[in-house]
Amino acid sequence: MPATSTGVHHRSYASELTLRHTHAEKFRLLLIALAVCALPFVVTPYWLTIANQIGIAVIGAIGLNILVGYTGQISLGQGGFLAVGAYTSAVLHIRAELPVPVCIVLAVLTTAVIGAFFGIPALRLKGLYLAIATLASQEIILFTVRTWDAVTGGTDAITLPRLELAGFVFRKDFHWYWIIAGLAILAVITGRNLFRTGLGRSFMAVRDHDIAASAMGVDVTRAKVMAFAISSAYAGLAGALTAHYTGIVTWERFTLQVSVLYLAIIIVGGLGSIAGSVYGAIFMITLPALLTRFGQDIQSSWPDAAQKMPAVQVVVFGLVIVLFLIFEPRGLNRIWHRMKDYVRFWPFRY
Amino acid sequence: MSEFFQLTLFGLSNGAILALAALGFVLIYKATGVINFAQGHFLLIGAYVFYAAMLVFGFHWSLSIGIGVIAAIALGVVVERFILRPMIGEEAIAVIMVTIGLSSMLGGGVQFFFGTSPKDTPRFLPAGSMELAGATIPWNRISAIVIAAVVLTAFTLFFTRSRHGIAMRAVADDQQAALTIGISVRRVFALAWALAAVTAVIGGILLANLTGVSAGLASFGLVVFPVVILGGLDSVPGTIVGGIIIGLLTQYTAGYIGGGLQQIIPFIVLIAILMVRPYGLFGQTRIERV
Repeated sequence: MPATSTGVHHRSYASELTLRHTHAEKFRLLLIALAVCALPFVVTPYWLTIANQIGIAVIGAIGLNILVGYTGQISLGQGGFLAVGAYTSAVLHIRAELPVPVCIVLAVLTTAVIGAFFGIPALRLKGLYLAIATLASQEIILFTVRTWDAVTGGTDAITLPRLELAGFVFRKDFHWYWIIAGLAILAVITGRNLFRTGLGRSFMAVRDHDIAASAMGVDVTRAKVMAFAISSAYAGLAGALTAHYTGIVTWERFTLQVSVLYLAIIIVGGLGSIAGSVYGAIFMITLPALLTRFGQDIQSSWPDAAQKMPAVQVVVFGLVIVLFLIFEPRGLNRIWHRMKDYVRFWPFRY
Repeated sequence: MSEFFQLTLFGLSNGAILALAALGFVLIYKATGVINFAQGHFLLIGAYVFYAAMLVFGFHWSLSIGIGVIAAIALGVVVERFILRPMIGEEAIAVIMVTIGLSSMLGGGVQFFFGTSPKDTPRFLPAGSMELAGATIPWNRISAIVIAAVVLTAFTLFFTRSRHGIAMRAVADDQQAALTIGISVRRVFALAWALAAVTAVIGGILLANLTGVSAGLASFGLVVFPVVILGGLDSVPGTIVGGIIIGLLTQYTAGYIGGGLQQIIPFIVLIAILMVRPYGLFGQTRIERV
């Protein structure tokens, strides 16, 4: 259906329910699909690694956005849930010798159950109290990982063999790209569709006003626990992928800083927006890579650059969060919409 | 017995410093309703400024403390004016994240100027130790407890006796009512941040003397959460009781159970308190349906 100058006019309920209404939107989807397919053939191996990291971050960020952006439950425990996913998958693969896809599925389910368990405080707490409670769950999960030597190997790293499926060894980033991109696309599609279902709508009702939601018949307890479970399932998938992709699992990769990174991704991208999670992941993963590059470029004029760059990255990371929150709290997604509106209404302001 | 004595002393001194850090946290929460995740990094800044003033520039320790306090006031006022004021009226997540972003900036700044390796300890508290009931009691721990107690008493007096302290309590109670009787809420907000930074910096200076100067000091900030939740988010006496309980509990766990459990015992207490009594031991009871 074409968009007219007065907007998009639906003539049937079916057309209103479709995900994409206009030709322009379908065309954009095609462009994005082409770009995703073409990317690994045109970029250098270094940027392909970054692309894979972005794909994994997209999955985790969509999960966190379901919880924080759509259900309004602040969580600082994403790193812990990633750890649960990564360790479950790795331990099952190494010790029970299950095939990797089975391990990943089991990791997703386990993380969902554990996420639902750590979501129980949300039934009594909200806002900043909940944030502090999830901070505690993050610390408790990581402590369990560090001290449960018999299963997790304690503070030692677990190394995993390269992924092998039906005789094919996934050796290079190029091979992994297709797995990660495929799963990231799956995460986007499921995330988008979740909010067309009754369950997804009940999440948003709880976010907007929990008492009003329960007055309308939304089971608030169920919505909150399900939001934690679904969100953690995504985190479990992201964690398991990290484990098999990098081949090394250690607790140091899942600290509070990772939880903060994921929160930063969805804030920079846009809370309560699946597209925003993708924009945010691209932005927040590319930025440090660009800074590192920049550091190497100015090495000749500033010899300390390589040494100082990690500190600069940390400062820039904080600065980006602060600036976004002050100037555009609704993130890159909102900036993108504003740019589109500017072009659409030109030469008028609105 | 001597082990118990020693653990108690270490617990009390850690608890006193925790109470200082928590006091700043509660000050900010009471006056402005902001949860400050950067409190631990204020400690860090305090320790590094003190280290730089005393050991890099070679000032006398008393002058160095003065420099630390002035830096803290400047930091608090700048942070309030440029980062927190635009966030007034925003959602809880935005306010939490802005302080997390701030902590990242402060931590990165320290790393930029001082690197990641631990620094020499700036010593100004009396060294040496005394024997008591078979336990070795270092003087610096005792003096840290005394200094923390003095600062905490001074703040308690400030809140109950001085005009500014009473104005702060009025703003915490009801901003509109405070505005109508001529209290500048903006100035009170700035004052709250400045004072919070000062308490954190004093805590950081004491901590620098006791445990050395390294980036790990900021992790002290996370233990502040159990302290304030236990004592009550809006209670000044609660920070002292909470700080001492958490400090002692951590030391006893380390001494008698061990196995790293002391790292998370505060957080287990935190979750238990949140589930049973979310407003803490001394906090204002607020009935809120969730």
